[in-house]
Amino acid sequence: MPLLVVASSLLPGLFIFALAEDRVRTRTLLNMTGAVVKLVLVGWILWGVFHEHHYETRIPLLYDLEIVLRAGPLSLLFVTLSTILWLVTTVYAIGYLEGVPHRSRFFGFFSLCVTATVGVALSGNLITFLLFYELLTLSTYPLLVHRGTEEARKAGQTYLVYTLAGGALLLFGTVWLYTLTGTLEFTPRGIVDSLDSAHHPALVVIFVLLIGGLGVKAALVPLHGWLPQAMVAPAPVSALLHAVAVVKAGAFGIVRVVYEVFGVEFSTLLGLTTPLMWLAAFTIIYGSLRALYQDDLKRRLAFSTVSQVSYITLGVAVAGPIAAIGGVVHLVHQGVMKITLFFCAGNLAETLGIHKISEMNGVGRRMPWTMAAFTVGAFGMIGAPPVAGFISKWYIGLGALDAGQDWVVLVLAGSSLLNAAYFLPILHAAWFRAPPARWPKEHDFGRKETAWALLLPPVLTAAMALAIGLLATLPFSPLAWSRLIAAREFYQAW
Amino acid sequence: MDGLVTQLPWAIILILLPLAAGMACFVAPRIAGALGLLSVVAVLLATLGLGLQLASAGVYRHSIGGWGAPLGIELYADGLSLLMLGITALVGIGVSLYAGAYFTREQAGRFWPVWLFLLAALNGLFLVDDVFNLYVCLELIGLSAVSLTALAGTTAALAGAMRYLLATLLGSLLYLLGVALLYHTFGTVDISLLAGRVTPLPALWAALGLMGAGLILKTALFPFHFWLPAAHGSAPAPVSAVLSALVVKGSFYILLRLWIELYAPAGGQSAGLLFGVLGSAAVLWGSIQALRQARLKLMVAYSTVAQIGYLFLAFPLGGAAGYAWQGALYLLVSHALAKSAMFLAAGNLLRFGGHERIAHLDRVVQRLPLTVGAFAMAGVSIMGLPPSGGFIGKWLLLQTALSQGQWMLALVMVLGSVLAAAYVFRVLGHAFTAAAVPHDPIAVPLRMEWAAVLLAAGSIVLGLLAVPLFTLAGIGGFAGMGASLP
Amino acid sequence: MTAADLYALAGVGLVGLGLYALIVHAHLLRKILAINVTGSGIFLVLVGLSGTGPDAIPQAMVITGIVVAVSATALALALMLRLTALSGQAELPQDPDDAH
Repeated sequence: MPLLVVASSLLPGLFIFALAEDRVRTRTLLNMTGAVVKLVLVGWILWGVFHEHHYETRIPLLYDLEIVLRAGPLSLLFVTLSTILWLVTTVYAIGYLEGVPHRSRFFGFFSLCVTATVGVALSGNLITFLLFYELLTLSTYPLLVHRGTEEARKAGQTYLVYTLAGGALLLFGTVWLYTLTGTLEFTPRGIVDSLDSAHHPALVVIFVLLIGGLGVKAALVPLHGWLPQAMVAPAPVSALLHAVAVVKAGAFGIVRVVYEVFGVEFSTLLGLTTPLMWLAAFTIIYGSLRALYQDDLKRRLAFSTVSQVSYITLGVAVAGPIAAIGGVVHLVHQGVMKITLFFCAGNLAETLGIHKISEMNGVGRRMPWTMAAFTVGAFGMIGAPPVAGFISKWYIGLGALDAGQDWVVLVLAGSSLLNAAYFLPILHAAWFRAPPARWPKEHDFGRKETAWALLLPPVLTAAMALAIGLLATLPFSPLAWSRLIAAREFYQAW
Repeated sequence: MDGLVTQLPWAIILILLPLAAGMACFVAPRIAGALGLLSVVAVLLATLGLGLQLASAGVYRHSIGGWGAPLGIELYADGLSLLMLGITALVGIGVSLYAGAYFTREQAGRFWPVWLFLLAALNGLFLVDDVFNLYVCLELIGLSAVSLTALAGTTAALAGAMRYLLATLLGSLLYLLGVALLYHTFGTVDISLLAGRVTPLPALWAALGLMGAGLILKTALFPFHFWLPAAHGSAPAPVSAVLSALVVKGSFYILLRLWIELYAPAGGQSAGLLFGVLGSAAVLWGSIQALRQARLKLMVAYSTVAQIGYLFLAFPLGGAAGYAWQGALYLLVSHALAKSAMFLAAGNLLRFGGHERIAHLDRVVQRLPLTVGAFAMAGVSIMGLPPSGGFIGKWLLLQTALSQGQWMLALVMVLGSVLAAAYVFRVLGHAFTAAAVPHDPIAVPLRMEWAAVLLAAGSIVLGLLAVPLFTLAGIGGFAGMGASLP
Repeated sequence: MTAADLYALAGVGLVGLGLYALIVHAHLLRKILAINVTGSGIFLVLVGLSGTGPDAIPQAMVITGIVVAVSATALALALMLRLTALSGQAELPQDPDDAH
């Protein structure tokens, strides 16, 4: 069954590659069908897991190593997020890339990218994770260099240098771990606690290798260098990469490694969580500081991502159950909020030719819905209730106090201030300043603000961000889900 | 039907069929293309037949003419032979499919007979079991390969072929001297008999040194790789594919057999260490040189130098517990498929643009998507990224190295993968980018593109076939493979 | 020391001479000759080591080797002639792989 979920985007993707460029309807049909089918399948699995069904697929790779796809609570959290956001992004991409050459190639790789992401989410052991993680690198590269300019090629080169080096670290760590433990299955509370203490120095190095490899995609400083450069890609790519696929895969991997490979107790025992905390905190502040100085809108959002994704790492590294809830749920929250922001940035670029913040004066009057969505997203980033971002920060802060790491609250507060410092001026300029006489490059959409396909997605995701925040106490919210995950890790396994 | 399949002398067919077909192609060049392709398909079927035979009856022995060892020629087929024969047949099909559309009528008349002779010699190499007949097969392979290299007729091709010929002859001669020593000391040339008789005498080590030197010269291990880039880089694309995928593997196969049957039991620690050092140097040097090349086929040739280095990393690891030999074999098999696909793809790109400058690959991803896709898939296997055969091989080697505490070797392996990624993606990056200098495109026959795609897809699919393949290769228990499966 | 041993030693000497000539000389004809001398040296070694008794195997090996050597020499000479016709000189070009 999990295999079907993976296949539901792989197969349409392969077909799309073969389509001629002008078969727009067929391509759109394939795209949307794949996305909807995947959503249905995920819904089925969710329902099944709720009723105590067990979904697992195992394919032998070597005699004692298998590819394992398994639907557990953490997997399902990420898979559901990916699937819903993929549907939305597909609609957006169809609208955004209207008239852009080589769309068949784009959507083919787009589908492969989602296949890889879903595979990452559903992996049941470290080698399956590694497989789909590298597949993610391979399938996102063509999207990044899609425009075919020299600039894109260089950005792609940088991307590869970082991600493939990270992949090498991950491989090294994984093989080494395998030679020590003989298994790579993701197990709550980890697989290494049965090793005797002579192996502890080796385990520390392995942890560093694994986190290093994952930290590249998760944009931990100093491994974040590829992310701002990747802004050269079309907006749907930035939206997908930065909200769902690549960055989240890295953060997700860190969650898996700390919780289900090493186990949080063992990690604390080895003294690994404290340096990780420091690194995450540093990244949070650094990313926000760099964001302050960017005039290019997408680059500012990129540095904001660098900062925000480390909340997840921070939540995990604080090594307490409450912080864990905050970190894990931020996977969802940050995804929804950031994708909104990128969609809006894309709208501004597509409709009015705006790329820089200094060009955004008064755009709120011209594109009210887009800017409204942007405002919701921005407030979420700052951590203002009732948008979802507030909840994750609250839990991380509370968890830090609970774990005796009071300084983390300062970091959170500082980060919120910085977020406000670089988002509020944008909002102020957009809503309260007078618009210029002419926009850099305007496309006329008649009475509409912009094309439907470009307008609906950000409005939808902004509404989702709001809803997730308001309805967080409901039993099926991402928050409740995260509580379940944390409980499994910290208390007796369910 | 089952009885019929296991009764036929598949081993003999595997050698005689391409030989006869080659002669027929020489005599009747008009039908050479069709006949050649047909006979390669027949070879694949014969290999399957041999596989069935081995699976049901175990290892296969046959004395030609009824004269057994030590005077007669004995054919011997076990799991390892089957693996090598299988890969030869598969690459052979891909290359034959490609060559049918690549060569002009006149060139085809010269290509097919020599290629089929080469195929016969390769099959023979994997089926004989005494050191002298191995020499004969080596020479046959060498001479055919040199002739194929010179096929293009340009000065560069001829120079490359000449250099190749001198190197390969030197290698064979050194090997022959080693054979002479072995025979003089132990009284037989049959490997199974020798395995029972060898003792650690100085003569054995001298023989190993000579044969080893000859074989690593023919396998192009650093620093004896000097002939390879010129030869593989200037030969026609299908020939380069065969050279990199199969010919250099033939001499490696001999080295592997001799090492495990004769030398390792007598204790070969320092030689293993030497191979490890040279292999590491090959991996690093070859990869760095590949990065520096401006021409596509030269880059692919240097990549071969690097990948061969990987094979030799198994020697220092093979002694202790682990999966070194399995890993090396899987790398060998995957590399054969991947590298042949890469050369065929390079041939397509050369035909398309009229040039092979990497920096001027003008957006070929859109105009030759199948070819670039083939190159990318082959690249994935060469880089050792999952899922691919290359990944399995590297995983096994890496696992063995780390469990034996060989940090330097593990580091070299990982570094080699990163460098491989660098040179593969350098090509792919330019394939996506518009170049400054446009060229008039020439159409590439679909057949040539699909040949590359199929071979490349094979190297990826290999990533999922490790379990059955290792079972198959374990027939006959070579290198303890049947007993301990990874 | 028997005559056979002398032959064997002479063979080793020939091998050494041939190897030296192969490496040192640039002219292709000399290289081909060097290979031939080396080959002959090895055949001498084979025969010399087998002693004076009737031993069929070394003889068979040498005969096969001679046949192979003749074919190889023929191929080498043909290549050399063609190369000389095309490039005007009977030497291998110095730097075959153009990295730039």
